[in-house]
Amino acid sequence: MIPASFDYERASSLDEALSLLAAGGEDARPLAGGHSLLPLMRLRLARPSLLVDIGGLDELRGVHDDGDSVTIGALTTHHEVAGAAALTGGSGLIAKVAGGIGDPQVRHRGTLGGSVAHADPASDLPAALLALDAEVTLAGPGGTRSVAAADFFIGPFMSAADDGEIVTGVRVPKQEGWGSAYQKFQRRAQDWAIVGVAAVVNWTDSGIAGAAIGLTNMGGTPLRARAVEAALTGTSEKAQILEAVSKVSELETPPADENASSEYRLHLAQVLIARAVAEAAGCPGMQR
Amino acid sequence: MATAEKYVGGGVPRKEDPKLITGQGQFLEGLTLPGMLHAALVRSPHGSARINSVDVSAAAAAEGVVAAYSGADLADEWAAGLPMAWPVTDDIRIPDHWPVAQDVARYVGDAVAVVVATSRNAALDAAELVEVDYDVLEAVVDVEAAVADGAPRVHESFDDNKSYTWALTNGEVDEAFAKADVVVKERYTQPRLIPNAMEPRAVVAQPVPSTGDFTVWSTTQIPHVAKVLFALTLGIPESQIRVIAPSDVGGGFGSKLNVYAEEALCIALARRLGKPVKWVAGRSEGYLATIHGRDQVQEIEIAATSDGDILGYRVHILAAMGAYLQLVAPGVPLLGAFLYCGCYGGEAYHFECTGVFTNTTPTDAYRGAGRPEATYAIERAIDSLAREVGVDPAEIRRRNFLPAGDMVQSPGGLAFDSADYEPALDRALELLDYDGFRGDQAERREGGGSRQIGVGFSSYVEICGLAPSQVLASLKYAAGGWDAATVRMLPTGKAEVVTGSSPHGQGHVTSWSQIAADALGIPYEDVTVLHGDTHVAPHGMNTYGSRSLAVAGVAVHNACDRVVDKARGLAAHLLEVAPEDLEYEAGTFSVKGVPDRTKSMPELAFAAWTAHSLPEDSEPGLEASCVYDPPNFTFPFGTHVAVVEVDTETGAVDLVRYIAVDDCGPVINPVIVDGQVHGGVAQGIAAALYEEATYAEDGTLETSSMVNYLVPSAAEFPSFETDRTVTPSTSNPMGVKGIGEAGTIGSAPAVINAIVDALSHLGVTDVPMPASPERVWRAIQAANGGEA
Repeated sequence: MIPASFDYERASSLDEALSLLAAGGEDARPLAGGHSLLPLMRLRLARPSLLVDIGGLDELRGVHDDGDSVTIGALTTHHEVAGAAALTGGSGLIAKVAGGIGDPQVRHRGTLGGSVAHADPASDLPAALLALDAEVTLAGPGGTRSVAAADFFIGPFMSAADDGEIVTGVRVPKQEGWGSAYQKFQRRAQDWAIVGVAAVVNWTDSGIAGAAIGLTNMGGTPLRARAVEAALTGTSEKAQILEAVSKVSELETPPADENASSEYRLHLAQVLIARAVAEAAGCPGMQR
Repeated sequence: MATAEKYVGGGVPRKEDPKLITGQGQFLEGLTLPGMLHAALVRSPHGSARINSVDVSAAAAAEGVVAAYSGADLADEWAAGLPMAWPVTDDIRIPDHWPVAQDVARYVGDAVAVVVATSRNAALDAAELVEVDYDVLEAVVDVEAAVADGAPRVHESFDDNKSYTWALTNGEVDEAFAKADVVVKERYTQPRLIPNAMEPRAVVAQPVPSTGDFTVWSTTQIPHVAKVLFALTLGIPESQIRVIAPSDVGGGFGSKLNVYAEEALCIALARRLGKPVKWVAGRSEGYLATIHGRDQVQEIEIAATSDGDILGYRVHILAAMGAYLQLVAPGVPLLGAFLYCGCYGGEAYHFECTGVFTNTTPTDAYRGAGRPEATYAIERAIDSLAREVGVDPAEIRRRNFLPAGDMVQSPGGLAFDSADYEPALDRALELLDYDGFRGDQAERREGGGSRQIGVGFSSYVEICGLAPSQVLASLKYAAGGWDAATVRMLPTGKAEVVTGSSPHGQGHVTSWSQIAADALGIPYEDVTVLHGDTHVAPHGMNTYGSRSLAVAGVAVHNACDRVVDKARGLAAHLLEVAPEDLEYEAGTFSVKGVPDRTKSMPELAFAAWTAHSLPEDSEPGLEASCVYDPPNFTFPFGTHVAVVEVDTETGAVDLVRYIAVDDCGPVINPVIVDGQVHGGVAQGIAAALYEEATYAEDGTLETSSMVNYLVPSAAEFPSFETDRTVTPSTSNPMGVKGIGEAGTIGSAPAVINAIVDALSHLGVTDVPMPASPERVWRAIQAANGGEA
């Protein structure tokens, strides 16, 4: 299929991009790697009147070590994120997740910012950002601001970004000493997750001292499994973890689609949380 | 320049590959003609709807638009509806099938209007401006629902949704079941599948208004057959139509074995507008407008002794035809009808098939066409029998194999040539290390972990070499099964092979070059193969049903023999000896006992061209043709083995090993045979684990793109292990059988049998195709063996 016709501008600075978007009105959209937007346009499911190509804005590219946290520019590709040495401790989750998105072609063109801005509840990075209590940074006509990941994703393909705002990057706490894992369950290697579980765990000699669980494709937005997190804290054995993961049923009923019923999704989430926690804890005795 | 090298049997690189892998393929989308217009179709969004009115005025007024038409506007273009060539019974119901629907749209995707513009973009944009007023009617998309009392009718003119019922009985079926110790009865569903050729369909029709001639380029598997049918559909004299399948057609798998609305439409529009008209399908458009495959519900019963010796079979199937009857759709189940007894014996067999209309994209032949369905049913059911009587699944197959031999009578009704089924099973078991596997499996089960392993077998026999024309007549197929070749020595010693086959990925250029090079004793590089253009190759029945080598390839072989015969006469004349005094080897004739007196094929080609000195009653040139009508089908067979690891917590299936031992007779090119097996196996596994087209109740195709129609990639497969036994066919002089569909036919039941085997200790006896993780998990839950 061929997209409906649209105008195209390539911005040479962030300010220019913002003013082009402002002039283009509500049907103008920024274009980064194009791996979410262009397929929708080719199916004519998205019909922007203007694409503002921000792909040349080097200021939005790269991974910066800020000490306790890491800042990742919006135009950093998934491939670059996957290999970023600064992502240590719990923040290593982001690298693991990025390394499993799509296929190598997608990872070399698709960007972190594009994936975040697209706010697809089935894409992997949002759940990881949620589990890490990351912040999303935005630039708009009124200046820049930060929004907690928990407040950024507000519905399927809907975010807290206003019209005319561009996602410029994310800031991720390192959470040194924490382990991480992403359990992605899919039919084909390059598919979206049917269910994904992003876990960071602080494993100590006395067991789990803290855990955060982000869920992919279990609702209209990425979700935190807070009841499970609470129940996990203080556990150290497999049986206790299995008991804790059953608390995921306290979430709202997950969606049903051609790949999974709600019931099966809920079951998968429990299996995958247990596996992710065991992997993130790095404790062989907890893995089956 | 004779060469002693034998090309046949060697793995020479495919001649087709360099241009394809360096982007020099010549595909239809790249074809542009002066003044060419582009068509875009408006398609029904409803499964069933009466068309009250079609308003094309806004579209016609849009920028770049040349014309826009409703179905009614085009009604007088058709001398006949779209063709259906296989009326399997005398009382079959054949609905009108117009390229653009005129009164009722009967599936989502049924064309209701067309816009023609100076660019593809303009046509697509303007198509959105066509306004169609519909009365939406109740649709029926499920084959069983369609035959239930009170079901909505797809065609109002018929009393119900049944198109035909075709039956076959051999032997005393009731008697066989009456004396059986054991009867197993199983019900299987064959998911609807969407063929995914790499290249979507496309067509360009170019008129010459002053003469009334048309040249039609189409991504078709059947240029010669299409030419005849275009003539009948459009009322154009056949002599004024030239059909060209471009030198590169990017795959078909049966989906391009058809005459489609868009082909007829482009010709009609070209005739009306006097300019070339092009249409190119998008991928999702193709999902609606290109035939689907399978979509059957099967019931199979096997009667057997308590030892597992099979006595008889009963099979009833419902086969979805879709909304209309496409080219050979009614006959697809018949291609399986003779195979529900597999490669096994027995006394009696009853088969009955009802073809059913549903408000869905029409079905037709998809890789394997009838044989994968049949093989699935028997290879699943024989595992059920094995469980029932407590016999090992490999052993029950061995116990029931037809005896080795030639023309061995199957209870299905046909006599199989070159039957020898045990060696393939033995070889597969050896490659598997069957005893070792069962040991590993027992260990896993004792360990009680969440990763359990299983093995599944499929010993298939299939039907290729379509087909003896007289047999086709008895099955009411409206065409012959022959194919044609012309082999021509050129003055410089090169050779041209003109073939009636129409390759679209199979590698006929390579294989035919190997056959001709060996027969003519010239280098493989010196053979050119011409195909796919009805002005270049006047005769052909084209490429489908794994027929090309066993029919068109044999025609090449025979035509080469005739060229050599003619060359022998010329050589004898020039060497002044009797023809029988000559020996022929590797392209050179030599006088017996005088080996330095020779004439090579290139020398003779030149002499035949100059024609300075020819034998009496001989004509210039060194060329011969053969139209070969095979005396029988061929019957390839083999045993496939799948090994899976099943995650009993999630239901995920990991295919760990896949072993294919096939017998397609002598191999022309092992690289091509392996490629066919790999691709076929991948498509069969895809059906077993991934692919299923689904419709919402209102007729909406839910799996409308590759996002949710799960075509697997290489990442989903292990490295396939292939091997062969070689039992030559006695049905043709080369002994060849065909290998294009064997992989698809053999593989799906092996995979599902393996999953069931992995979970049998939990009480699982069946998992429907495709075995999605949720279906596997539910099967475990239902068997009450799961942990969750």
